[in-house]
Amino acid sequence: MKELNEGFESYDLVMHEDEMFLCEELTEDEEKLLDELGIHGASRRKFLGQVGAAGFGMLAMQVLAQQDTLAAEGLVDLTKSEPVSIENAVNVNMRINGVRKSLKVDSRMTLLDALRERLGLTGSKKGCDHGQCGACTVHVDGERHLSCLTLAATCEDKDIKTIEGIGDEKNLHPMQAAFVKYDAFQCGYCTPGQICSAVALLDEAKKGEVSYETENISAKTRPVQLSDDEIRERMSGNLCRCGAYPNILKAIKEVHTGKAVAQTWNFSERLDDIAENYEQEDANDETV
Amino acid sequence: MRYIGKETSRVDGVAKVTGKARYVAEFPVKNPAYGFIVTSEIAKGSIKSINTEMAMKAAGVLKVYTHQNATKSQAKGNAYTALQSPKIAFSNQPIALVVAETYEQARYAASLVKAEYNKEKPQTDTLEANKVATNKVTRRTPNTRGNTQTGLTNSDVKIEAEYTIPIEHHNPMEMHGAIAFWEGDKLMMFDKSQGVYGVRGHLAQSFGIPAENVKVVSLFVGGAFGASLKPNYYPFMTAMAARDLKRPVKINYTRRQMFQGHGYRPFTYQKIQMGATKDGKLQAVVHESVGNTASYENFQENSSGFGRTLYKVPNYDSKYNLVKTDLPTPVWMRAPGAVSGAFAIESAIDELAYKLKIDPLEMRKINYAEKDPETGKPYSSKELMKCFDVGAKTFGWKKRKLEPRSNKDGNWLVGMGCGIGTWGAWQAPAGAKVTLRADGTVHIGSATADIGPGTYTTMTMIASEFLGIKPNQVKFELGKTEFPRAPSQGGSITTASVGSAIYGASMNIRKKLFDMALKIENSPFIERRVEDTELMNGMLRLKNDSSKSVSVAELLKKNNMTEIVETYQAMPSKERANYTTMGHGIQFAEVKVDEDLGIVKVTKVIEATACGRVINPLTAHSQEMGGMIWGIGMALHEHTEIDHRYGRMMTTNFADYHIPSNADVGYINTEFVEEEDKIVNPLGVKGMGELCLVGAPAAIANAIFNATGKRIRDLPITPDKLI
Repeated sequence: MKELNEGFESYDLVMHEDEMFLCEELTEDEEKLLDELGIHGASRRKFLGQVGAAGFGMLAMQVLAQQDTLAAEGLVDLTKSEPVSIENAVNVNMRINGVRKSLKVDSRMTLLDALRERLGLTGSKKGCDHGQCGACTVHVDGERHLSCLTLAATCEDKDIKTIEGIGDEKNLHPMQAAFVKYDAFQCGYCTPGQICSAVALLDEAKKGEVSYETENISAKTRPVQLSDDEIRERMSGNLCRCGAYPNILKAIKEVHTGKAVAQTWNFSERLDDIAENYEQEDANDETV
Repeated sequence: MRYIGKETSRVDGVAKVTGKARYVAEFPVKNPAYGFIVTSEIAKGSIKSINTEMAMKAAGVLKVYTHQNATKSQAKGNAYTALQSPKIAFSNQPIALVVAETYEQARYAASLVKAEYNKEKPQTDTLEANKVATNKVTRRTPNTRGNTQTGLTNSDVKIEAEYTIPIEHHNPMEMHGAIAFWEGDKLMMFDKSQGVYGVRGHLAQSFGIPAENVKVVSLFVGGAFGASLKPNYYPFMTAMAARDLKRPVKINYTRRQMFQGHGYRPFTYQKIQMGATKDGKLQAVVHESVGNTASYENFQENSSGFGRTLYKVPNYDSKYNLVKTDLPTPVWMRAPGAVSGAFAIESAIDELAYKLKIDPLEMRKINYAEKDPETGKPYSSKELMKCFDVGAKTFGWKKRKLEPRSNKDGNWLVGMGCGIGTWGAWQAPAGAKVTLRADGTVHIGSATADIGPGTYTTMTMIASEFLGIKPNQVKFELGKTEFPRAPSQGGSITTASVGSAIYGASMNIRKKLFDMALKIENSPFIERRVEDTELMNGMLRLKNDSSKSVSVAELLKKNNMTEIVETYQAMPSKERANYTTMGHGIQFAEVKVDEDLGIVKVTKVIEATACGRVINPLTAHSQEMGGMIWGIGMALHEHTEIDHRYGRMMTTNFADYHIPSNADVGYINTEFVEEEDKIVNPLGVKGMGELCLVGAPAAIANAIFNATGKRIRDLPITPDKLI
């Protein structure tokens, strides 16, 4: 562990007042809601169930605002620029999240790279570029596809939906809300792909599409009721190295069944709720 | 507590589920050029010649860098720096960097770079390398505790066993990458990093420029697990090309490059001799480890050290043999050393328990260490015994039958096993700048990282708690070198370190406000101590009489202030030195094994964890689950295969290197056994992100033995080993 902290010398503390965040004004109703239900504690789940994204989206705003502070450091709108030279250029017209887009792309460019590098839609992630991890999952004409294995040039007239089209902070898709509620991610990198897969999965089940886990594939019961193992199987094309799988299962289950899923943690020994714990002397701490 | 200890959704959750959170390669800089790294086809030798002509002629190519034209790095130390010499020290080592207008052009041109080599025979087999004296690196080893020879002689029952763990890779979902651009002699760097200060220092040194000239930003990290603790070789390459080409350059590893580009969990061979008396009391442990490092740099894990604190054993000897191989340098990978050591020790004690016909959990109770067996110091807190009881009850350990193969579910053999884990509860110096404004909002900056554990959220909660405000009034920022220094996010130290800084700053802010309040007319705090007060909803008030209060906004106004800025650096207390500070836990695993096919399913896991105070049970549970799932991967799947003839890693993609998928994971439940710990740090928190992995592989291996009667000591336990 020593090596982690080697060379920890005194350092400058530069003030950056210009980057101070200004908290969004809460409406009276929102204030009341937060007070009554809280975004935390036992009431958290109830809160999410009732108001969806409206309340806790405000917290997300803070993080998003943080990114905006980088505007001064070279952020530009990429969508307008086109590389100087493109070999074997192909013109392609697609509908992306409902908006018609015309792009001149390198014939070798994948749909994923077109989204990320040319359209500024970086919600679709590159986790392997080999179709093995699912992080790049998008919907093409309503079905889940691996955008890293899809050449952009093949998407003429296709309808593409990315995570940005599934829902935004003002209007979360129920699956996105359920992912937040059940903490179905940690680092968040595989998350857009997981959500795109999960949304498509429910549609596949509705249509009666079978999987390896479906018991009676000849019965053609429509729609397929998804057991835990069905969901696990159908979500196994989306890898998550943080290991959020059980929470991903819970999130999908809730959206599928409309019923809340039990938590899988418990406090067996709880500290007393006494603030005095914190009133020990600070003498042990050396202030700079 | 209003916030601490209550389940709280991630403050960055919505940013992540909407795809808005920006990881480093996603910052849309103006007119970027794309770099693609060309890697060596041999593992050892040197470049005889390298032909870049074809690549240079390819459309869109701006420049090709090799050791012949790359900037000379001024970095000190033995860490590998790219493109500095023709020497090849490992397979897939970078030999060139192609930079072009587009990614497609760079990738294609990279395939046109041709090198000829002076080949030498590589040695990548650690145990073979260990037979040659010149490969051995001399390391200090801990002194022997007691006399292991006597201890083994006094034992009624002994076991001797060898355990091997292959090289494993972190495989975070986000592949490493960076964007660099220069403004004059000032470098702006977006780098996937667990510690922006480390990258800043590395780049400043490499280019011989003052650290102040380098800005590093890393707001979101798509998993790292140790892979981004040390500056890797690509930030230098990216910054070098950006400086030379005078425009932004973006480089991303490919998944294959991830296997040679940032280190790995080293190969480990461990031999354990363990002896106990008839009643199960351990008498001696001899623990010998062999691990590999690179030919050019030493990296050693503490795999034999962690075991020394697990049990009350009077005689203990541990040695670590470090061996040079023609591979890149290993690096810390989640629970480094501890999980490797625990796999051996926790398997061995299980073997000994079976030999003694003692319940393995009982065996662990018999040898429970009430104080640190290594130093004799008391633990600052240790509720492991409660974890045993709580975990066993929730799991249903009573239903377990000691005799292997005695529990069946249809065709499946059912087994149960357990393993304990421990991880240091460290604290490192950490700074935070807290600004409390008259309007009640708070800004906090600290150059820590959030690689997934939920640091954005826990720090927001801590500030809310001690400044008496709502979480949505706090804006906590991290991942920028302009903030006060904080340790890299590794070793499970962030909440203890950065959280203590925010706590300390909050207490100082309260003190400043209290001092101001004392000076006002008819102050309600006359003859009161600052400790009697608290900040709550914009007021400084008496804890036991909230009617005695002063408005913070008015206090600031009276003093012609609009805000209070407090920069605080929290240091580990001196008192800690009198104690051993560690987190503890136990994992119980149930497995089902289909013997005909060799398939193992981990159907149920209960983990009981004692790691001080839990700040956010929601995200803490996610960490615990993640650790357990890493345990499943380590026990059953993960193996970086090397073709020793060529010294090349072969399983460098997700089809050949299997990390657990959703279908590999069954029911997982966490029992938090909270501990009151006033020694460890002011918040009483201990890291948990690594602790939860430590005992897991052994728990699964032990459960497989209980199911099948087969003791597999060579990870991963793949179907071929069980048929």
